[in-house]
Amino acid sequence: MEPGEIHALLGENGAGKSTLMNVLYGLYQPDGGEILVDGQPLRLKGPSDAIRAGIGMVHQHFMLVPVFTVTENIMLGAEQVRGGIVGFLDRRRARREVAEVSARYNLRVDPDAVIEDLPVGIQQRVEIVKALTRDVDLLILDEPTAVLTPQETEELLTVMRSLKAAGKSIVFITHKLGEVKAIADRITVIRRGRTVGTASPEASRDELAALMVGRNVRLTVDKQPATPGRPMLEVAGLVVDDDRQIRAVDGIDLTVRAGEVLGVAGVQGNGQTELIEAIMGLRPTLAGTVTLDGEPIHGWSTKKVLRAGVGYVPEDRSVDGLVKEFSVAENLVLDIYDRPPFGKGLALRPDAIAASAKERIAQFDVRTSSADAAVGTLSGGNQQKVIVARELSRPLKLFIAAQPTRGVDVGSIEFIHSRVIRERDVGTAVMVVSSELDEVIGLADRIAVMYRGRIIGIVGPDTPREEIGLLMAGITPDAAGSAPAGDPTGVADGTTGDAAPTPESPGNEDEA
Amino acid sequence: MSDPNPVSGSPDKEPATEAELTATSKADRGATMTSPKQPAPGPRPTLGRLFLDNLWAANTVTVTVLALVLAMLVGAVLIIVSDPEVLATYGYITARPADALNASWTVVSEAYANLFKGAVFDPEASGFTAALSPISETLTYTAPLVFTGLSVALAFRGGLFNIGAQGQATMGVILAAVAGFALPLPPVVHLVVALIAGAVGGAVWGFVPGILKARTGAHEVINTIMLNYVAVYFLSWIIVQNGVQNPDRADAISRPVDSSAALPRLLGDNLRVHAGILLAVLATWAIAWLLNRSTLGFELRAVGANPDAARTAGISVTKTYVLVMVIAGMLAGLGGSQMVLGSTANALTPLVIAQIGFDGILVALLGRVKPWGVLLAALLFGALQAGGNRMQSYSGISLELVTVLQALIVIFIAAPALVKAIFQLRAARAARLQTSLAKGW
Repeated sequence: MEPGEIHALLGENGAGKSTLMNVLYGLYQPDGGEILVDGQPLRLKGPSDAIRAGIGMVHQHFMLVPVFTVTENIMLGAEQVRGGIVGFLDRRRARREVAEVSARYNLRVDPDAVIEDLPVGIQQRVEIVKALTRDVDLLILDEPTAVLTPQETEELLTVMRSLKAAGKSIVFITHKLGEVKAIADRITVIRRGRTVGTASPEASRDELAALMVGRNVRLTVDKQPATPGRPMLEVAGLVVDDDRQIRAVDGIDLTVRAGEVLGVAGVQGNGQTELIEAIMGLRPTLAGTVTLDGEPIHGWSTKKVLRAGVGYVPEDRSVDGLVKEFSVAENLVLDIYDRPPFGKGLALRPDAIAASAKERIAQFDVRTSSADAAVGTLSGGNQQKVIVARELSRPLKLFIAAQPTRGVDVGSIEFIHSRVIRERDVGTAVMVVSSELDEVIGLADRIAVMYRGRIIGIVGPDTPREEIGLLMAGITPDAAGSAPAGDPTGVADGTTGDAAPTPESPGNEDEA
Repeated sequence: MSDPNPVSGSPDKEPATEAELTATSKADRGATMTSPKQPAPGPRPTLGRLFLDNLWAANTVTVTVLALVLAMLVGAVLIIVSDPEVLATYGYITARPADALNASWTVVSEAYANLFKGAVFDPEASGFTAALSPISETLTYTAPLVFTGLSVALAFRGGLFNIGAQGQATMGVILAAVAGFALPLPPVVHLVVALIAGAVGGAVWGFVPGILKARTGAHEVINTIMLNYVAVYFLSWIIVQNGVQNPDRADAISRPVDSSAALPRLLGDNLRVHAGILLAVLATWAIAWLLNRSTLGFELRAVGANPDAARTAGISVTKTYVLVMVIAGMLAGLGGSQMVLGSTANALTPLVIAQIGFDGILVALLGRVKPWGVLLAALLFGALQAGGNRMQSYSGISLELVTVLQALIVIFIAAPALVKAIFQLRAARAARLQTSLAKGW
């Protein structure tokens, strides 16, 4: 990092960007290697060391106290006191400091405003001011634009330029290519925890996208070509809001046929979660229809949807998938506990539950000390196997797996993937949602890419990764030509799935 | 493997954090698991040593017993301090220490002896009735506490904090009493109808916060507390209404419940123990079955432990919340009914149910929110109540001290880390207890 430089850190979800920055900020301890500041190796025991070394960070999720004023939030952690041991808070001095900093860098904030009344963009500005009052030279912005509107983003970029002019260095973490090109002086691309290349902002979007998603790392899954049957799941014009009542799914049409795997790719937070939850009856649908095997199922309760023959592996297993205090056996019947042979009337059949658990544990290779062990004591991979075992142990018409292998070890990934394909081969319609592009490409027979609540394109699994990467970033093949600095010949006919390899790929390979 | 100095030299003398506790508990469990496999290395631990080790490895029973001991120690100090004569001997303790010590010992031992005699068995008692009287008293106090304790425990397992057992019991006692004196029915039928009326009263009072929680997310703690007030003042109001108030009396007391609606006494008319205790055991069994062996209990526990996962698995969280509160209210209502249908009283008064609802919270926590644990805890509380009465009349120690003792026991139970720090117990399963009690908020 040079002084007065904006360095962009680019990479997919889970590539290790945030982890790296958390190490820099002293939140995590490095397992190896060292950090040099002004040529001196630096050992950080915590954020306070980092602040002392002149490193400040603005987190993706703001660390502000909503009911405090701007001034109070900024003084938090570095309270100025007077009156000796009595320790009166010196609000006036803090307030003056805030005013001074915001004037110097042209960051307009009202020192007396209460945080919860401020829009997100201003809250972020408060975070930046907070870092600046600590006299930092290096400012880390972790996905600062993820929560901002385009206008707010524009303002943030202006702020970054003025900070740069004042000699501050900025590390800018993002996966939005446009912003990177607009502001960065230097770009480092990270994939799977490694630096895979550096680029100048003059590089084209295609080049950057190719670097970002990488190639040749495809996790291979052995499978025969699919033999799609009749449409099993049909979604038409589906509209769903997220928890904040903001449109998350904005008119989606898709079809999953029996005996095929539809992969849903996309950067997280583009409506995938809400789409699945709406299908599962966990989230109200505002418009549109969901049809399972010819029967409309929108508006059904989750139980009814499950009973209709839908298997569901939720995205967050520890929150939605398992009851950690329950035993493995109990978790294996979590959604079929009241069906024969496990329950009859009001009574449970513990023997049947135990017998079935034993069988499933053997069948799905769940490594546990016993069927009665609490599921929370199992490793992530085995917990996931418990969920997969539960969902795949009844006859299904449709199997929906969201992030089926997140945080799962390699061995379990292979096992789970082979199970998914086996389920496809018996004629179940399968829908796999993953932010791991490799996983989607490996499993899917068709790939739907979601962007901002819409399906931006449906492509075949042989589509080049760069092309899917561009789609994930919201760049459709038609729009690519008009995109700034985009290579018009880069991608063509993307929707048909037989795009020509991009001309720049040899150059990229050198860099990677 | 065998810790040579388990009591004083244990490294986890001061269990600081929960993480530490679980870490050490895991290590301990590992130790106990592997110890039988390798008996030979080093000096073989004696049987007595093993027994002691296991005893000190803080299991729930040990913690409970030690909490009891601690509470009684603090209680002893309070007894000494509250007795002016004994306190006077401390004025010249340097001159004649024996005086102070003797006086303290006498007053404390006498008090606790009376507590025991009043609650369990009086060796000086002669005759069948006198010998069984303490037990009878204990069981009489126990029965309603089992119901309110189960009410709180069941809700707790379903992820709800039912502070409203008091209000639910109050509504139960009102309906049971009204059914008891207003309906002319033959003996057995009358009792059943009165009990059902009481259960319905409690169920309605549990349904309200349940449906509010399910539909609007209103916190059940606030709503149950508020409904307690409503129920208590409703009781005060209804007692003095025409047709309810006893026409022969000027004070606030209702007409007496017909004898046909009274719970039968088990051991003759001179002993107060009544069929309520049998109902209590039955209810405990029923709730234990419901929780562990029924689909409803499965739903309830799943919702209590992880509502998100329960919802994803197709369990209706809202329905479960309502059902849990209705059953909890029903139990508390049955507990309340016993206060007029049993032998404690036969008419409504403003304080007819005493504190059974609030004591139910303590009973549930003390019983580790497990049905049979609740039964045992209720038994302990019943014993303290019965013994406290005798302690008051024979030793002149106020009944409030018994309440203080109860409170201290629960505090020590609820803070196993404290007990372990005091007794330097090796951390074990009790670490999990903390979390089980801290949940629900």
